[in-house]
Amino acid sequence: MASAPTISPTEISSPDDDTALDTDLPWIVLVWNDPINTMEYVALVFQKLFGFSKAKANKLMLDVHEKGRAVVSSGPREKAELDVFRLHEHGLWATMQHDE
Amino acid sequence: MARFGSRRNQVVRRRSDGRFDLVLEPHLREVIGSLLGELDELVEAGPGDPTLQRLAPPAYLDDANKDAEYQLLAGDELRTSRRAAIEATQELLAKDEASEAELWSWLQSLNALRLVVGTRLGIDEDEPDRPQDPEGPDAGLWSVYDFSTWLQWSVIQALGG
Repeated sequence: MASAPTISPTEISSPDDDTALDTDLPWIVLVWNDPINTMEYVALVFQKLFGFSKAKANKLMLDVHEKGRAVVSSGPREKAELDVFRLHEHGLWATMQHDE
Repeated sequence: MARFGSRRNQVVRRRSDGRFDLVLEPHLREVIGSLLGELDELVEAGPGDPTLQRLAPPAYLDDANKDAEYQLLAGDELRTSRRAAIEATQELLAKDEASEAELWSWLQSLNALRLVVGTRLGIDEDEPDRPQDPEGPDAGLWSVYDFSTWLQWSVIQALGG
């Protein structure tokens, strides 16, 4: 079973390097609740795209359903954007933002 | 998110060799083919149709510039990928068996259909109000929505979701 992507310390920019802020700060990918996608579909997409176990995918899906959104991946901007794209390909409502 | 009902799976069944039998009746294949044909025309026509917005949501909520960049780069690619999934599903409708990857094309294209039809119906809550009148103006769209939900459920069950 694959685990959730984690952010390695090397990807975090030093605070005095302003130009690196935009590209090097970790990004998080959020999936938002929506009334059309079914719970079973969302959980299966999480399993497929991120290699999550069924239990982990279901837990994340329930977080989306009950709390309105959940963080499904994180990392540098390019990786986050690719994950957002793959989620959009599957019709999920995904966005990305800087980790706060 | 919406919930599935439970019905017997008469669409696709997993085989012991890891592939899947498609047991869908011929007239239902025709219906799916025609619905996906309409969806393909809509996707091909481009992002003008407001019911397509749900297929290409914003990637950045708090940064309009970055989002414009994303839409520029990903928009066409998303459309191409969507049309490829529709085409793969159309090809599958002529067959009696499928691989797991082929079933994922099916799931993606059916889900796009549900998103477009659901948006047209104005579904904005998990348990939407259904019209009481079976002859009402949205009755046809509701049938398509329920039909594609049932199909999607069947494929998900077969895939083990």
